[in-house]
Amino acid sequence: MPINDMTFRIGGEAGQGVESGGAGFAKALARSGLHVCGVPDYYSRIRGGHNFFTIRVGKEPVLATTDHVEVLIALTGETVERHADSLTPGSAIIIDEEQSYSEELLEDRDVHVMQLPLLQIAKDEGSEVMVNTAALAAAAALTELPLEAVVEVVGENFAKKGSDVVDANRRVAEATFARAREASPPSFLWKLEPLESPTRVVLSGNQAFAMGSLVAGCKFVAGYPMTPATSVLEYMALHADDWGLVVKHTESEIAAVNMCVGAANAGVRAMAPTSGGGFDLMSEGLSLAGMTESPLVIYLAGRPGPATGLATRTAQADLFLAMHAGHGEFPRVVLAPHTPQAFFEAAIRAFNIAERYQLQVIVLSDQYAAASIWSVDASVFDVQNVPIDRGKWLTAEDLEKVDSYKRYALTDDGVSPRAIAGISPKAVYLTTGNEHREDGHITEDPDISAAMADKRLRKLEHALTEMQPPLRHGPEDAEITFVSWGSTYGAVREAVDALNRGGDSANMVHFTDLAPLPVSAARDALSTARRIVTVEGNVEGQLERHLWDEVGIRANASIRKYDGRGFTANYILESFGG
Amino acid sequence: MATVTDFSNDIRPTWCPGCGDFGIWNALKRALVQADLTPREVMLVSGIGCGSKINDYMTINGLHTLHGRALAVATGYKLANHAMHVICVHGDGDGYGMGGNHMMHAVRRNIGILDIVQDNHVYGLTKGQYSPTSQAGFRTKTSPHGALDRPVNPLALALSQGATFAARGFALDLRNLIELMVEGIQHRGYALIDVMQPCVTFNKGMDYDWFTEHTYQLEDEGHDPSDRMAAMARAFEYPGGERIPLGIIYRTEDVPSYEEQVPTLEAGPLAAQPLRTRPSEDYRQLLQELA
Repeated sequence: MPINDMTFRIGGEAGQGVESGGAGFAKALARSGLHVCGVPDYYSRIRGGHNFFTIRVGKEPVLATTDHVEVLIALTGETVERHADSLTPGSAIIIDEEQSYSEELLEDRDVHVMQLPLLQIAKDEGSEVMVNTAALAAAAALTELPLEAVVEVVGENFAKKGSDVVDANRRVAEATFARAREASPPSFLWKLEPLESPTRVVLSGNQAFAMGSLVAGCKFVAGYPMTPATSVLEYMALHADDWGLVVKHTESEIAAVNMCVGAANAGVRAMAPTSGGGFDLMSEGLSLAGMTESPLVIYLAGRPGPATGLATRTAQADLFLAMHAGHGEFPRVVLAPHTPQAFFEAAIRAFNIAERYQLQVIVLSDQYAAASIWSVDASVFDVQNVPIDRGKWLTAEDLEKVDSYKRYALTDDGVSPRAIAGISPKAVYLTTGNEHREDGHITEDPDISAAMADKRLRKLEHALTEMQPPLRHGPEDAEITFVSWGSTYGAVREAVDALNRGGDSANMVHFTDLAPLPVSAARDALSTARRIVTVEGNVEGQLERHLWDEVGIRANASIRKYDGRGFTANYILESFGG
Repeated sequence: MATVTDFSNDIRPTWCPGCGDFGIWNALKRALVQADLTPREVMLVSGIGCGSKINDYMTINGLHTLHGRALAVATGYKLANHAMHVICVHGDGDGYGMGGNHMMHAVRRNIGILDIVQDNHVYGLTKGQYSPTSQAGFRTKTSPHGALDRPVNPLALALSQGATFAARGFALDLRNLIELMVEGIQHRGYALIDVMQPCVTFNKGMDYDWFTEHTYQLEDEGHDPSDRMAAMARAFEYPGGERIPLGIIYRTEDVPSYEEQVPTLEAGPLAAQPLRTRPSEDYRQLLQELA
């Protein structure tokens, strides 16, 4: 019997609580000692349409979702029609008895249909909005998950609405659970068994990055809401008072990045979360930050473009944008974390690298990583022992020992010691986006101009030492080497494992630090590969081209996905011809 | 107490002889002295344009930024260090054209910035194109048949968005301009000073004599700067009419500044607050929220 290894999908209209219900169910599963990965899929609208949330459960950490579903929780008949093709033989559908769907779709399929009076129970015991509570309770009954796990999470979600609402939800859950236990098909095989486990958190890439920023001492956040980055801005705003931050919802992304330049020059750690369109607007401000050597962290959660593209969906199409945005030449660092833990660590690294080299660090994400959720052992996030390095930092006392201070002093490593303007009578200087002398004043002198350009770019040689080599998985000597970056890690890794289990020989080289590219590590990892297959969520093969540019290694084949949806192992295997 | 010399340096301005920027530059240095400030206590933020180079020609903390973005940078700076006196100086293209959106929001936020706009009604540094405050019909290289756009009314715009300090100065009238700047520095919240100035090279029709003939002092006519509707009526005198009111058109000190209302800033300037201030249970709480 497949115990603790299955995929749930809950589908319905926007406004029916598909995402909140799904996230709550994922949390209930994690508290039951199971690992989960939850992926939302929703349209850019507030009401109607068809949204669904997929939750894969496992005993071990679950890296990605699958294409097949064992329990389909259909809040609408449309859900059945849309997802019939994903149903595994022997799977089950939980649906309200009032909902209709085209039954011939299921005719030749081995699928159990549990029609329950979900809406009626919700109305009788509470109110009709509690239908998703009913549906989740039915799913718990079907899979033999103790009801208490679901009730506890639902209670927390509604705690703000008062004990009446919490009690009503409990009644709805209990009544549905009892009915569903009776109605559960005995031949349905997939079951859940709670396990003992350390404390786990369930979080998205956005939450992990925001939490990392908070503990890394980010003090100023400026942003304009834009999917899928908005929850970072919201997280920081929620914690601003307790953690001593100023969080500004600005009039535009142009204002956001320029406010961050101002805040950075006042000496605080500053961050701006955005998506591709907002990042476009930040280009000029990024260039100003580059010229003024203002440490800045920008979180870029990508989605398909151009223009508005697919506003609520995913793409890895902004690697070139992150690498090249802004006019002129200035150093920058681009990191693309691949798991919640990596997002947390990338935030901490980003603030340290930004200040150590006085440059801009772009943490590149995408909707899949930003909005999907994963269970992770809480102990993985060491929130209290965060290394903080502010780089060459001069205090007023330090300045007493020098005759004069030059903000842009030419140094061997290109990094000029930083004294915050006004901290001492000696730290009175100009910061300008024009080319400037060591003291900060404007110049057009050819020698100084060239020396300053060299100085700025020189910082990159030193920042390169901070870049982490690509992650490797699978046997060292393999027939096939998959090359990927960022959020696709889980899907690629599962594909590699599946191939090796099936008698093929595959491994993977996965990049998280993309600029400056750790070239020699990349060469080490790729030079002996026999057949390189790149896997990317874009049309142009941006990593593939980047590797050719920097490492001089070409891919033999590529798998590119640009339909707005994330990768699964199945997709990779099928594209690969497996 | 600092002197004008303390705010000076040995860099010679690149402005044309007779440029209104000189008057604003001199007035600002004197206003800073009168307000009893030293160079390290001021952050002088500017945009891009002839006049925005003002902080290159002074001994002062300066942020010389991008065209149109001075107020955004200044806002971020002020929120990160509200102990600093933040003054913005930029031209009319910068402030009312490219930066018009930032200005509208700076006004309604009442962020503690003195915003001095060098309003010469023309683009100087790009050599003579019409600006947001140029009069309709103004012939320039980008408006060969005369500008079709009617001019921005900066004071009416500011008042309509809830400005708590709106004033107009004149680059030749140093005594009054210094006084306006001192009042603006001391104001609680956002203060706009729109400064009439000639561009002696690209806007010869609006020279010192023209401004002298067309301006008048509001206080000479008994204007009450606490009367918002009277202020609005005065604001509509120019552009559009032939008389340009000078002085404080509206002021109230009863509206809290943005930075006064941010809970985090009650503990002092953000830049002076330690990076991490939380007890260890708060760190655990971050994880409990997600468990």
